Amino acid sequence: MAAIDSTAAPVDPAVGNFYERYRTMFLIRRFEEAAERQYKAARIGGYCHLSSGQEAATVGAVAALEPDDLLVTGYRCHGFALARGVPADAVMAELFGRANGCAHGRGGSMHLLDVSRGYYGGWGIVGGQMPIATGMALSLVRRGAEQAVLCELGDGAVNMGAWHESLNLAAVWRLPVVFLVINNLYGMGTSVARASAETDLFKRAGSYRMDGERVDGDDLEGVEAATGRLLAQARKERRPAVLEAVTYRYRGHSVADAGLAYRSKEEIEEHRREDPLVRTRELLEARGVPAAGLDAIEAEVEAEVEASVAFAEQDAPPSVEHLAAGMYRPGSEEQFERMRPGSPFGEAELVFAGGLGE
Amino acid sequence: MSTAGVATPAPVAAGTGVETMTYREALRLAMRQEMERDERVFVMGEEVGLFDGSYKVTAGLLDEFGPDRVRDTPISEEGFLGAGVGAAMLGERPIVEVMTLNFLLVAMDQVVNHAAKIGAMFGGEVRCPLVIRTPNGAGNQLTAQHSQSFDGWFAGTPGLKVVAPATPADAKGLLKAAIRDDDPVLVIENLPIYKEKGEVEVDPDLVTPIGRAAIAREGSDLTIVSHSFATVRALHVAEKLAAEHGVSAEVVDLRSLRPLDVETVANSVAKTNRALCVEEGWPSYGVSAELAARIQHACFDDLDAPVERVGMAEVPLPYAKELELAAMPNEDRIERAALRVLDLAV
Repeated sequence: MAAIDSTAAPVDPAVGNFYERYRTMFLIRRFEEAAERQYKAARIGGYCHLSSGQEAATVGAVAALEPDDLLVTGYRCHGFALARGVPADAVMAELFGRANGCAHGRGGSMHLLDVSRGYYGGWGIVGGQMPIATGMALSLVRRGAEQAVLCELGDGAVNMGAWHESLNLAAVWRLPVVFLVINNLYGMGTSVARASAETDLFKRAGSYRMDGERVDGDDLEGVEAATGRLLAQARKERRPAVLEAVTYRYRGHSVADAGLAYRSKEEIEEHRREDPLVRTRELLEARGVPAAGLDAIEAEVEAEVEASVAFAEQDAPPSVEHLAAGMYRPGSEEQFERMRPGSPFGEAELVFAGGLGE
Repeated sequence: MSTAGVATPAPVAAGTGVETMTYREALRLAMRQEMERDERVFVMGEEVGLFDGSYKVTAGLLDEFGPDRVRDTPISEEGFLGAGVGAAMLGERPIVEVMTLNFLLVAMDQVVNHAAKIGAMFGGEVRCPLVIRTPNGAGNQLTAQHSQSFDGWFAGTPGLKVVAPATPADAKGLLKAAIRDDDPVLVIENLPIYKEKGEVEVDPDLVTPIGRAAIAREGSDLTIVSHSFATVRALHVAEKLAAEHGVSAEVVDLRSLRPLDVETVANSVAKTNRALCVEEGWPSYGVSAELAARIQHACFDDLDAPVERVGMAEVPLPYAKELELAAMPNEDRIERAALRVLDLAV
């Protein structure tokens, strides 16, 4: 990684961290742009939900995690995976459906994960990750661990039953989980105003006597500070909380959505004028980081993203022989060996012939 | 081991020994043994602790293991079942009790879209060693919303394993197998079956393998395939067929629905040439539908008659006792179907 050019004005050591955060934000922005290009070139299929514009909320929140804290997210997850340290190669390869993708090509854009980095997905059902994150926090309590879970969700998910059940359970059992609501003002094409009776989403935490706060999602330091404080409270006092980070997404709900049926070009332009990426860079320069240094990181990041596309392109797809890989634990073949007689056409060959391994 | 007094914790018997106990006691024994063996095993569900379990299956476990390992939940099936999924992903071995299979409906998404998908969707990077225990079944006029047995819905879901013990011995053996398995296993119990008695080997290391059917009764004229309480019914009917019609019926107790031991079923039908499938649930698109498809495929040349199916009548179960009795896969209906398959129907 390019070092900060320190020949100019002296740089506050604390800025070093900030510098890294900016690099990650920039990585997310360029990665998402590349993903969109690759999707339109039909190299990426299915759903592809981009988080361009939400970089400060993403990076600020993840930066607040301790190394052994756990992260669970919904499906707009490329930025969260990258922020948590999953290599861009592994993420892009997963989007391309290749064997060295972080889920070995079996999950795709919505189901990224990296257990070694405490990132447990990448979930496609709105709000479905919330009970799971709550259960992970329960496990942490059971083993007496001083760790916390950060559960990301969108503004649409707060109207799912799973929100209610998860928050209640976390509150009544005092579980170390912080629910991070990324409020980008729209659940797919439906604004918060049209969907939610209580549009101050953080206030809903009060129904469970749980702490709820709102933060400017485009203020990197503000997000990191608030998330850090709430995670510490969760970890040390077993107090769950809701943190609503208000931000905006520049692209549509997914790459297939132009994003203009439900909002105006003017609105998007207005938000782009307050781009958190630009704002963060300006802050860094104001704190004495030379522009040349920042230009250098940006070039480095662009090369990294290009390399990830090249990596994904040359990586092999998973083998068709192993269609069922991972479905059941290794060794389960024995349990299924008597199920073959009378199977539907091709089942025994397609599903079970290759076994359950890779 | 004490078989009397639900709330008395009993020491685990060391070594082997056979005792007569009820199905619910066998389940309790399995849980107690597994909780002693592995501290990652814990129980969660509505009324499992203080109330001693709505069907008294977990009675005494709270006193023995404490509230961290026997957790009463709020009425939030989607929430606590999903919590079981999350805890399992981190290596715990939760046993989530859902009061009845009917209530699993509100948590379907966590079972089908989450638990069942984890292994495959994440490329084998993480597992979900979750056990869900819940009774199916009808009787006692519990009416439409509380009387369902859609076992087939779960048995048809790749990524899940589904077992349905019909005897106390298999209740202990299969629940143990489920707890020790690293995959999500649905253990389908049954309301009327909880009080059935049988002989159980108390050996804590004895586990019934998943994916193996059992011949509950040997015979030569007809194969009756069943699982759960339908096996209990089938065995009664088999006795009646022998006593009143001189028919020797073989009863194949499936024990496991996914994986399904079609080999054992096919071997039996190859021998008897006639098959009757019985289940507690609705036959259309159900377990018996799957069996019929498999049998006609694997045993096409062996069959002397079409495969028959008996299940719950396809109506939301009415309250009135006469209507309920008529709708259930009662022994009369099973017997008449058996006689039809045997070409002995009048």
